[in-house]
Amino acid sequence: MTASNVETPLIGYPQPIASDTGDGSLDGVRVGVVTFPGSLDDRDAVRAVRLAGGSAVALWHDDHDLQGVDAVIIPGGFSYGDYLRAGAISRFAPLMEQIIAAASGGAQALPVLGICNGFQVLTEAHLLPGSMVKNNHLHFICRDQRLRVENADTFWTSDYAPGEEIVIPLKNQDGQFVADNRTLDELEGEGRVVFRYVDENPNGSRRDIAGISNAAGNVVGLMPHPEHAVEAGFGPDSSARGEVEVRGGTDGLGIFTSVLKKLVR
Amino acid sequence: MPRIVVDVMPKPEILDPQGKAIAGALPRIGLTGFAGVRQGKRFELTVDGEVPEEVLEQARQAASTLLSNPVIEDVTRVEVIEDGAQ
Repeated sequence: MTASNVETPLIGYPQPIASDTGDGSLDGVRVGVVTFPGSLDDRDAVRAVRLAGGSAVALWHDDHDLQGVDAVIIPGGFSYGDYLRAGAISRFAPLMEQIIAAASGGAQALPVLGICNGFQVLTEAHLLPGSMVKNNHLHFICRDQRLRVENADTFWTSDYAPGEEIVIPLKNQDGQFVADNRTLDELEGEGRVVFRYVDENPNGSRRDIAGISNAAGNVVGLMPHPEHAVEAGFGPDSSARGEVEVRGGTDGLGIFTSVLKKLVR
Repeated sequence: MPRIVVDVMPKPEILDPQGKAIAGALPRIGLTGFAGVRQGKRFELTVDGEVPEEVLEQARQAASTLLSNPVIEDVTRVEVIEDGAQ
């Protein structure tokens, strides 16, 4: 089975999106979503891209072709069952070699977003510094998590205001971000801490870091799941923007509209 | 068949939550003599016949690239052991 013949039906009736340019120009942006054996949230990421107005392209880890996509999302899940270390085996998939080369390509570098297991893959691939180890309390955690967008200049966060808070789901066991102090100081000094946990640090991550970027800002990884907070009726029960209806939170959508608009400009 | 043993341990400065959990469980079965536990990994790479230097070198490469993550782990041993040995 290849990823391209897996259907990803949209559930419900997506509402028009306020941030859309209104002329349909975003749907020309093609965002690839990589499926590994054990990926879980690839379909959700595909839906998030579509709901944001873009075109999603299913990519299979064992292919050698990025199909000319304009950006790539490495989704959450447990690729290769987290064997060895989370992301350690996926990092050597044929398609990852293409992604690593394209993401390191200077001014024209491919925008890449790693969510949860995707973030772990990006650190194992050395596209992002640091690593994830088991949560300090050892429990799998699943909750709606408040974050602060510390850097709104990346490809994936430009639709947010600097310092804006969002609520999106967090669900993992190996979510504790660690790096040595020199790396942490460098990340802070260069504005590469993109998301920080607010109110409570859920897993012992150094300096409350929930997400980071590379120096160029095209590669971003975060542990919480923006793709699970993109459509009213299927999101968290809360939002940083005020009261919402049950499962009405859509604070994660800005991640996806950010990259689409950046690529259209 | 000779084996190349690779041991990988969490770096000393990284909190090892699994080791900590094991340390917490030991007193529950009455074993109170330990001040701490750290949990690592042992890999055994089997080789057909003898182990030439280039295969041992490949094992060192495997240890530092795939088998360990230098951000959080140290390779503490890459060693050929003969049949029956541990």
